[in-house]
Amino acid sequence: MTLTVNMTLNGESVSAQVEGRTLLVQLIRDHFRLTGTHVGCDTSQCGACVVDMNGRSVKSCTVLAAQADGAQVNTIESLAENGELHPMQQAFKDNHGLQCGFCTPGMVMSALDLVANNPDPSEAEIRDWLEGNLCRCTGYHNIVKAIAAGAQAMRS
Amino acid sequence: MDTGIGAAVARKEDFRFLTGQGNYTDDIARPGQAHAVFVRSDVAHANLNSVDCEAARAMPGVVAVFTGDDLEGVGGVPCGFAPDGGPMNEPPRPVLAQGKVRFVGDMVAMVVAETAQQARDAAEAVVVDYDELPAVVSMEAALAEGAPAIHDLEDNSCFSWGIGDAEATGAAFAKADHVTTLELVNNRKCPNAIEPRAAIGEYDTARDSYTLYTTSQNPHVIRLLMGAFVLGIPEHKLRVVSPDVGGGFGSKIPHYPEEVAVTWAGKQVGRPVKWTAERSESFLSDTHGRDHVTRVELACTSEGGFLGLRVHTRANMGAYLSTFAPLIPTYLYGTLLAGLYTTPAIRCEVDGVFTNTAPVDAERGAGRPEATYLIERVVEMAARELGIDPVEIRRRNFVSPDAFPYQTPVIVQYDSGNYEPIVDRAAELADYAGFAQRREEAASRGRLRGIGFAGYVEACGMAPSNVAGIIGARAGLFEAAQVRVHPTGSVSVYTGSHSHGQGHETTFAQIVADRLGIPFENVDVVHGDTDQIPFGMGTYGSRSLAVGGSAIAKALDKIVAKGRKIAAHALEAGEADIDFESGEFRVRGTDKSVGFGDVALSAYVPHNYPLEELEPGLDEGAFYDPANFTFPAGCHICEVEVDPETGTTRIVNWNAVDDFGRVINPMIVEGQVHGGIAHGVGQALLEDCAYDEESGQLLSGSLTDYCIPRADDLPSFVIETTETLCPHNPLGVKGCGEAGAIAAPAALINAITDAIGVAHVDMPATPEKVWAALQSAQGE
Amino acid sequence: MYEFNYRRASSVFDAVASSAKCDDASYLAGGMTLIPVLKFRLAGPSDVIDLADIGELRGIRTDDGAVTVGAMTTHAAVAASAEVRQAIPALADLAESIGDPQVRNRGTIGGSIANADPAADYPAAVLGLGATVHTNSRTIAGDDFFTGMFETALEPGELVTAVSFPVPERAAYMKFPNPASRYAIVGVMVSRGGSGVRVAVTGAGGSAFRVPEMEQALASNFAPEAVADISVPADGLNEDLHASAEYRAHLVTVMAKRAVAAAG
Repeated sequence: MTLTVNMTLNGESVSAQVEGRTLLVQLIRDHFRLTGTHVGCDTSQCGACVVDMNGRSVKSCTVLAAQADGAQVNTIESLAENGELHPMQQAFKDNHGLQCGFCTPGMVMSALDLVANNPDPSEAEIRDWLEGNLCRCTGYHNIVKAIAAGAQAMRS
Repeated sequence: MDTGIGAAVARKEDFRFLTGQGNYTDDIARPGQAHAVFVRSDVAHANLNSVDCEAARAMPGVVAVFTGDDLEGVGGVPCGFAPDGGPMNEPPRPVLAQGKVRFVGDMVAMVVAETAQQARDAAEAVVVDYDELPAVVSMEAALAEGAPAIHDLEDNSCFSWGIGDAEATGAAFAKADHVTTLELVNNRKCPNAIEPRAAIGEYDTARDSYTLYTTSQNPHVIRLLMGAFVLGIPEHKLRVVSPDVGGGFGSKIPHYPEEVAVTWAGKQVGRPVKWTAERSESFLSDTHGRDHVTRVELACTSEGGFLGLRVHTRANMGAYLSTFAPLIPTYLYGTLLAGLYTTPAIRCEVDGVFTNTAPVDAERGAGRPEATYLIERVVEMAARELGIDPVEIRRRNFVSPDAFPYQTPVIVQYDSGNYEPIVDRAAELADYAGFAQRREEAASRGRLRGIGFAGYVEACGMAPSNVAGIIGARAGLFEAAQVRVHPTGSVSVYTGSHSHGQGHETTFAQIVADRLGIPFENVDVVHGDTDQIPFGMGTYGSRSLAVGGSAIAKALDKIVAKGRKIAAHALEAGEADIDFESGEFRVRGTDKSVGFGDVALSAYVPHNYPLEELEPGLDEGAFYDPANFTFPAGCHICEVEVDPETGTTRIVNWNAVDDFGRVINPMIVEGQVHGGIAHGVGQALLEDCAYDEESGQLLSGSLTDYCIPRADDLPSFVIETTETLCPHNPLGVKGCGEAGAIAAPAALINAITDAIGVAHVDMPATPEKVWAALQSAQGE
Repeated sequence: MYEFNYRRASSVFDAVASSAKCDDASYLAGGMTLIPVLKFRLAGPSDVIDLADIGELRGIRTDDGAVTVGAMTTHAAVAASAEVRQAIPALADLAESIGDPQVRNRGTIGGSIANADPAADYPAAVLGLGATVHTNSRTIAGDDFFTGMFETALEPGELVTAVSFPVPERAAYMKFPNPASRYAIVGVMVSRGGSGVRVAVTGAGGSAFRVPEMEQALASNFAPEAVADISVPADGLNEDLHASAEYRAHLVTVMAKRAVAAAG
């Protein structure tokens, strides 16, 4: 059975025909060709697929496309404006918070949800929050630094 | 802003990764592409009675279904290394199973359909009739009398190999005051790059040529192996593209059967065929790492002087030989057993064993973590048994700074190093002197605090090709580079190294900008495409800077040499009188000069140019074959607190000092060390790739069971470097990618055993194991 | 995933009626378990009925000495609720310890208990706080709700609408997480209140269970040392890669002791 999903994706009204079983991440990547959102696992552990849905970070591999009908969805592609990085993206760059870059979009989207609720997180709070995001390159050291710096940049 | 050698330059590649514009293999959608799903064996060992694909072929959207029978005539996936050239049992590895499956995950059939979902639906309809055979998972079981033979071989042995002087080692033990003995397991790991493997194969009928997009650390190696040994495609008809690669850690070195299958099928079905692994499939089918069972003995004087080291290891190869599998537990392992020490006699014997498990190959460090782990564990144990301070016993046995080049008893010759300042500084950073007080304070909170040291020396920068050939590599291990200066002075660098997170686009650009005195922004690095790059051996074994960077440095020398000729002509001076510095060619002792950009322009607009002596253009290539390995060294000190009631270990401090030779970008180097430590911590505390002994099923087959470190499992790290330059490469660099993974396991297990006062705990030191060790220690 | 019909229910009545009409319907709450299960093709429902639009299933209210949490309330909402934090901080702590932030943003209390994963956290709260489970057709005492591994007292088509937790005098939840999945290897909820002392364990057995011997000991002396020497038999407890039955039994005592200490 196909159904129609209407949603606001990165600020634009979009519509697509999907199967019931289509995942939000498949809709974003395969249909809308926004490939910044990645799939790194099949058990909702890695967080490479994290996007913002209605103001909350969610794992788009564990949300049906149909569940996003009527939702506002923002992906990593929504952040930079006119070639200017968002302060959180800039902080990742300045602090070498990424290596291979595969987990990075999910890390940044997750970090923004943290900062939205906790504008000045401690190191322990950042590490705790990142429970849902796996990185195999950085040992997290610089990701934690980047998020603290990004939060600070967003406060000022 | 300084962007030259030694500057912590922010990375060029970050903008695209941070904005979601990276281009990973799964991001590629080729026009008309179909999707492949592999039917994988769900039993560990069986004869295949039949593979019935009829129902699957009738499913919606199915384009084709292939089995091993369809691939008859296609070569098996080859192995690239035989220790000392053999003898080695090297059974064939068919692309799709032929007659037999040998591990859970072995590929039985390939379904190609319009969509991945349809392929998955149809894969379920493939009916495989297995005649199950008993499986052997552990090496002990595989070598037992009457064990089921996995291949058509006498037994499950792959090779037996040894290094070092057995007689001299025996004599050393005979005169020892003290012998420390340890039996240990080096646990199997699953590399788990966050990007799962993916591949797209396509065939262009018009040009009679193939393209393979694949998640590889070394696209040229894949082209060579698949083209020459498997599909019989000449290099000029096969392009291999590895775009952005989302981590590798060794698992993206080998040539995999899936790469063959999609390339072959792309021609069969007349359209691109794409496959992307799901994580649970990665667990089954990516190469695993480590998996040793070892007995080690260290012979000492009563003062803690090391006299001899004797090692016997069984190394699990898995069901088939992956590309470099036999290299890892032999020449990347036995040759490093001297460690930082002058142990005069060493003997190491290794048996490679087949089992009904996924093939084992390189995993970050590859052989060197295994060597370092056993050395640093047995040294620590000897110190405890002899009542000598762990730093002191190491110091007493260091290779002294004036002993370099130092010939070890296990073939390799250390080129340079200075170990004492490393350990001294690390101990200072870790406030070793204040440890006793911290331990007491922790005890007052009911926590057991321990400190653990690990020194290491590793061999990076593989390798002199002639040595590689002698020890059994079936390839050279040089690297290639092309430096193309464009008419207006900007530069494209084509390198055979291939970044999968290491930041080559930045580090290599720094070298070029520094050498040519041009803006960093004017340099771009191109990699990962066999149609663009002259040749390449790829990125592994911390070789990119030492070998790939050196090739670039060589090509830059040629650019400067030619530029000097052009400048001499322009400045009407002798070539020998031209100095090149900060982007200016200058006549020595005068103010006459010409900028690099003008020289470049003149090379392409050769109006005032010595055309009779010199070709136009400024575009130079180089192949660099190293004279020796490089030998980074370091010391990591870890401090833990153990909760005695639960056995939970918390890492409270991590201090490290490493000597990587010259550091080009300290920010990137630190990041490499952080990531390496995380891998080592994972191995020591969390990661265990476990198979059921009876059924051969993978027990840790998803991220809900296999634990890779999360942010809250790790502390922040304190990292410093010292610098002794590598004497034999033009940059003086050594390599840093694996250091953390090499040092961390021993440091952690040394800390945990120190905390709980037991001789040894095997990795991963899970809370239950630590708790059980405490229980049995209390029972004694 | 197998294909299925996706439906959205507008009310509890609509959801239940719609489920009755389907061959084999699954309710979709947060989907944090159902969707992975579907992805691995471990289930193939004909229809998936999404409860997201049913406003009456959401929200938290406190009255008559109980906190009632609507079935579709997310773990994040429970963790962040000032009401819950004030009335039963142990429940907010438990919700905050579930999964990871993204799981907490989607996962719901109703979905969690209906799924009855032996390692889920909420079952410890349902038993340990003496909760009552409300469904579209009845109320079920928390003690009777979990009937086995992934099994509950729910009839086919029956829908959890809310869970009421009596406010205890004191309570605390201590969890020893699985390092990989972050589910509970052992989680213990201890409470003392109107209905006496409760000690409930999740993660250790086939489904959550109470430990009467500990409850009795705590009834006369609500102090960590009262349970320090009481252990549950290892026989029949879960065993996996991460923990043997013996170790789980040991952890039950340790976590119980610590929960009592934390409950103060």
